[in-house]
Amino acid sequence: MKKLMMTVAAAALAIAATGSSASAAEKLKVGFIYLGPIGDLGWTYRHEVGRQEMVKELGDKIETTYLENVNEGPDSERSIEQLARTGHQLIFTTSFGYMDPTLKVAKKYPKIMFEHATGFKSAPNMGTYSGKFYEGRYIQGVIAGKMSKKGVLGYIGSFPIPEVISGINATILGAQTVNPDIKIKIIWVNTWFDPGKEADAAKALIDQGADIIMQHTDSPAAVQVAAQRGVLAFGQDSDMIKFGPKIQLTSIIDNWGPYYTRQAKAMLDGAWKAGDTWDGLKEKMVVMAPYTNMPDDVKALAEKTEAAIVAGTLHPFKCPVLGQDGKPVECKGGAALDAGQILGMNFYVKGVDDKIPGK
Amino acid sequence: MGLLEAIIISVIAASTPLLLAAAGELVVERSGVLNLGTEGMMIMGAACGFAGAYLTGSTFVGALFGIAAGAALSLVFAALTLGLAVNQVAAGLALTILGIGLSGLIGAGFVGERITPAPRLYIPLLTDLPIVGKILFGQDGFVYFSIALVATIWWFLYRTRAGLVLRAVGDSHTSAHALGYPVLKIRLLAVLFGGGCAGLGGAFLPLAYTPFFIPGMTAGRGWIALALVVFSSWMPGRLVAGAYLFGAVTILQLHAQAFGLGIPSQLMSALPYLATVIVLVLISRARGSAGSVAPASLGIVFVPDR
Amino acid sequence: MQLVLEKRAERSTKIAILSPLLAIALTLVTMSILFAILGKNPIAALYVYFVEPLTDSFTLMEIAVKATPLVMIAVGLSLCYLANVWNIGAEGQFIMGAVCGSYLAVVTNGTGAGPWVLPAMLVMGAAGGALWAMIPALCKVRYGANEILTSLMLVYVADLIMDYLVRGPWRDPKGMNFPTTASFDPVATVPTLFETGRLHWGAIVALIVVALAAVMLGRTIKGFEIRVVGAAPRAARFAGFSSDRLVLFTFAVSGALAGLAGIIEVAGPVGVLQPGISPGYGFTAIIVAFLGRLNPVGILIAGLFLALTFIGGEGAQISMKIPLDLTKVFQGILLFYVLACDSLILYRIRLIATPKKAIHGTA
Repeated sequence: MKKLMMTVAAAALAIAATGSSASAAEKLKVGFIYLGPIGDLGWTYRHEVGRQEMVKELGDKIETTYLENVNEGPDSERSIEQLARTGHQLIFTTSFGYMDPTLKVAKKYPKIMFEHATGFKSAPNMGTYSGKFYEGRYIQGVIAGKMSKKGVLGYIGSFPIPEVISGINATILGAQTVNPDIKIKIIWVNTWFDPGKEADAAKALIDQGADIIMQHTDSPAAVQVAAQRGVLAFGQDSDMIKFGPKIQLTSIIDNWGPYYTRQAKAMLDGAWKAGDTWDGLKEKMVVMAPYTNMPDDVKALAEKTEAAIVAGTLHPFKCPVLGQDGKPVECKGGAALDAGQILGMNFYVKGVDDKIPGK
Repeated sequence: MGLLEAIIISVIAASTPLLLAAAGELVVERSGVLNLGTEGMMIMGAACGFAGAYLTGSTFVGALFGIAAGAALSLVFAALTLGLAVNQVAAGLALTILGIGLSGLIGAGFVGERITPAPRLYIPLLTDLPIVGKILFGQDGFVYFSIALVATIWWFLYRTRAGLVLRAVGDSHTSAHALGYPVLKIRLLAVLFGGGCAGLGGAFLPLAYTPFFIPGMTAGRGWIALALVVFSSWMPGRLVAGAYLFGAVTILQLHAQAFGLGIPSQLMSALPYLATVIVLVLISRARGSAGSVAPASLGIVFVPDR
Repeated sequence: MQLVLEKRAERSTKIAILSPLLAIALTLVTMSILFAILGKNPIAALYVYFVEPLTDSFTLMEIAVKATPLVMIAVGLSLCYLANVWNIGAEGQFIMGAVCGSYLAVVTNGTGAGPWVLPAMLVMGAAGGALWAMIPALCKVRYGANEILTSLMLVYVADLIMDYLVRGPWRDPKGMNFPTTASFDPVATVPTLFETGRLHWGAIVALIVVALAAVMLGRTIKGFEIRVVGAAPRAARFAGFSSDRLVLFTFAVSGALAGLAGIIEVAGPVGVLQPGISPGYGFTAIIVAFLGRLNPVGILIAGLFLALTFIGGEGAQISMKIPLDLTKVFQGILLFYVLACDSLILYRIRLIATPKKAIHGTA
């Protein structure tokens, strides 16, 4: 019965869909699942840019599809499976919440390859990938420590997940190398995306004396507010210099394009393997926007820090890392904290005078 | 700038889009129509307002575009609910879906662009006054307009004959009709006015608050505006109080966090909503069992029989 | 000359059947024009939206999965709306149902608890939704606080409560601190109906709910009471029906159904408690309730139909690269047409010569 239905469907579709050509079948079909709208200017937007770069690079060897605004709850498994069923051989699911659904679909379709961003579960046909964004945060911390006159940084957090916590810690550790007394004020807005609320948070931080604004939310609202108030700020996800030409110091850019291109190429060559990719500045998955609006010596220091991280001579979480109580935390990675400790970070380091919500 | 002054300025800015949209909806509901599509009209106002300002370089033109977009969408609602006597709750929700979709299509071409935010008033000496200077004489045009709008609505509803008729229509459309008032025409005008206000409230976001457009940037403010109208028990004066109260709790919880009080941030984020419920209960309780003050014909379809 | 509405003496059964077809026809015409303007093949697009999902067992099952919570919530809401009680906070009741039910799944996780877990979860889910719904109901009955506002505000509160729990106390200890509970054990999971696909027993529960509601509304005193209080509150008072009691009853039932839908969704298709478990089901269900004309069977059809447009819209994104926003426009237009055509069941449109004069004449 099912077969009959599908035959009928295929026949009907062939009649109906005059637009699609037969040659599409030979191309590698690559699918993407996005959390937000492609125009969010933040997380989803950067993945979309990555997809476009891949298309530009590989041209007519591939064909791509994306589903945007896919809810992380009950819808995602269906959306992923829809891509799997429609001939997509490589599927990128670009948010943490897609982890279990991706795994379920991957088990069901062993011949289709999956890549899940920012998660920790994998399968023979499901790899994971993420960026070492904390490396960029560390550099921002160094710059902020140098540039802050009052010694107070303002940090807008989305949700207290490990990636955001490790970003806060990396910032303060970087800043402490140039100003041991640096202070940080943190506001959680409990959303990735509400420009108005992000702006409100930025204003509140500035009003309470922060003179450098940094954010782990998606929109350029905070940079914009900083520009209006004449306070220095860092961008997030993409280069936001347009929104604060006189105040953006730099920005952490998520650069997925090269990775997507590489993985699609591997598929074309039949060499794809499920990996556990965690790339940073060295591999250019994390890229710093130009260092602007700072004196030359600070710029030189930032560049030196970046070079050291790329060269592997500097690790933002090199041991000993002191917890809030001043005692060193266990060092599982030898010279520095290991991947698990960073990816699952749930403590503040010494110097953060606050409490993690819900802890 | 002192902390208190800064907080008050932030509160005013955060409250203004809510106040604009809620003021329009208040008039709509006073005429007996419940339009739940505020969120859809606001986001359309945001998209079209930004498009207008970006293309012409003028905040004023942008604001007009926002008003026009909100009013155009409300016309669809009016055609259905007034012309075809469709259930207002369902039509309003469908309007929100349509507005979100349309705004996404329209706004797609403008994502990533930026404009100059609306200028702020500056009167030498007055704006420089300590404490009150910036609060009273340093806001953008939207803020002054929103206050003037509510004052005008109050004057219209309680001091003009037309306002009396509008309230009569909302309280009993059958009596108003029997007296010979064109119920549907009055409601049409009210709905269009409400749509324009919601459009302007939405346009405020990209034109003055965060000068760029992103799909979905109204982030639920339309729903809050709806709630504020009920909160105000349909009275313009209370609407201002309600909008500023909501804005104040929203801003103050951010400041409380920055002070590092260590309270769960979810609790802080929930405060504005909880505060609204609690205040509403207190007000309703003080009023005793006098009953609801909602316009009696609110949400009920009206088909004139001749 | 002007078009005016005129009330029919009685409901037109003929139009009741024809109206949805007319609405679909009008939508097809409008969307064809829109697709043609945007350079998409209208026939292919409409095929992808409406027909293709019906031609395959996978998508058919997914339609049922998507419709299950919508139908369950909408049936409960329809009782409220029939009784003139305006519960628009079903989204919050859905979430609190999911939270309360999940509590058992979290505490029994990995303890090898028996098969009592799932039934107990369902009961707790329904109770959680009902209790959350009791807040606006009691505020209304005791203090006269408007339920539209209170029930809506509590949606945001419920969302933040869940957020707090999954990021704090209930977080999966092995989950690298990500905001999600541990995956539910098999005894805490709603079983699927078939070996393949995600169609689960919740769909059967939804059908039972529809049947029970139909019986209650059509054949019991309670159903009669709901309809009388909604349609003629004064007559209801004379008949001795208490509107306060009915507010509590309808809120409790709709809250329980929303809560049940919530825990079934979490213990079924999702399998964990995490932020974003509801893509706005509680709000979409309001539309479903009205699309279904506040009638249980109508709601079943409306829920399936709306689910079809969601699945079809996804197919359109994949096979024709039609943006999601266009799907939303499409849904909006479709809803408008359905609502507009439904109004023809009660009214007829007449062409009247200069009715304006008549109105002004009486002034």
